[in-house]
Amino acid sequence: MNAAYYPGCSAAGSSSDYEQSTQAVCGALGLKFASLPGWNCCGSTPAHAVDTELSAALCVRNLDLAARIRAERVATSCPSCLSNLRLARKRMENPQFRARVNELLDEPAAEQLPQAYSVMQLIHEEYGPELVANRAHRRLTGIRIAPYYGCLLSRPADVMADFGNPENPQVMEGLLRACGADVLDFPLKTDCCGASFGIPERRVTASLSGKILDAATRMGADVIAVACPLCQMNLDLRQRQAARECGRDFNIPVLYFTQLMGLAFGFTPTQLGMKKLMVSTASLLKKLDAGA
Amino acid sequence: MNVINLSRKDPSFTREVEALSGQQVSACYQCGNCTAGCPAGFVYDLQASQIMRGVQLGLKEQVLDSKAIWMCLSCSTCTLRCPNNIDVAGVMETLRHMARREGRIGVKTVNKFWTSFLDTVRLFGRSYEIGVMALYMMRSLRIFTDLDLAPGAIIKEKLGFKPHVAPRGGAEAVGRIMKRYQERAAREGGKQ
Repeated sequence: MNAAYYPGCSAAGSSSDYEQSTQAVCGALGLKFASLPGWNCCGSTPAHAVDTELSAALCVRNLDLAARIRAERVATSCPSCLSNLRLARKRMENPQFRARVNELLDEPAAEQLPQAYSVMQLIHEEYGPELVANRAHRRLTGIRIAPYYGCLLSRPADVMADFGNPENPQVMEGLLRACGADVLDFPLKTDCCGASFGIPERRVTASLSGKILDAATRMGADVIAVACPLCQMNLDLRQRQAARECGRDFNIPVLYFTQLMGLAFGFTPTQLGMKKLMVSTASLLKKLDAGA
Repeated sequence: MNVINLSRKDPSFTREVEALSGQQVSACYQCGNCTAGCPAGFVYDLQASQIMRGVQLGLKEQVLDSKAIWMCLSCSTCTLRCPNNIDVAGVMETLRHMARREGRIGVKTVNKFWTSFLDTVRLFGRSYEIGVMALYMMRSLRIFTDLDLAPGAIIKEKLGFKPHVAPRGGAEAVGRIMKRYQERAAREGGKQ
């Protein structure tokens, strides 16, 4: 597979631990990506909320950079980037839309633009649970995980079809089960955490994240596994805001699925950037040590 | 009770929304699935299915002045569950674009946040989290937004203080994309 890696802006800031653990896990599995040094922001929600063509132009510039180095695929960890890159590529199939977007770019985009894939999907496709299990020497035995995908990995369903049932994806479960964890059948796995409203309309995010934290806590989860930098921030950094909105306390660590896989692969919490996590992971790590 | 004045219908509005979104809103038979599944419905003034009905009836003012089109989280649960395959989230987004173009900003905080985010992208080619916060606080005069999070976020080095500038001409290229977009929007009328 010839894939270029698109980190997305959060990887350089609030979710550098996602980036660090993704690199650790992919490195351990031998999954290699070409780099795209001049990549730019996909525009995220603000760009598509303002204008579809602006959003597409920001995304297409990145896909075009990847096309120029002859990448067949673009890999990204961030579901928001993934969704925007995929939607832009699909919309570019329409000649009128393509012409409008090309007007915004320095040069017309390549005719064939590579498709974007989530790193989760690529690990699943290229290695699969069996090979992951072979690499997971430090089994996550007895660790109860609530897998949480958020909105964008499986929706819109026609664009994100490779995640299977859009309301009940199973890819993350497969990878974490391969690491020996006790993965819960988490009913809110594709519900919305409140996304980017944490800043402008905090009540919405606190309330929606609160429901997810509440359900995971009531199900006896030791940890919530996430795949999205914004979901992670809402559930972890904003956990106390959610608790205030819900009128109860929460104390549940929220780790990226790559951090959990990384622990199973034998990496230390420091190597996985876990010092960035707000909610203490002490009891989780203690349970992990006890099981080992 | 809400009284709808049907004499204020604008059939061209229905056609415009359908053309811009590429969706056949007239296929909606008001089952309410979109409303039932909408996570943001609890803060909407009009529910998603009511917005769809409003579009069908050509109630331009009510729909474009609603808060709902700004409070939509773009999670697209509505789209997934629509039995008539209407991309409801896509229609909501089209309505947001139309409202913005006409300067109808139903929820100013959300619009200010988006503008602040895009400002940092224009400057650096990549978003800059602390910059977005600072610009948003200035625009909204909400100086104390998320101040409760600051101590923890700083200790944990959650946010980078320095902006990341897209190298190899990336930042400049994005600046040009934004400039061309704004010039074209101004030429075509109304868009910001």
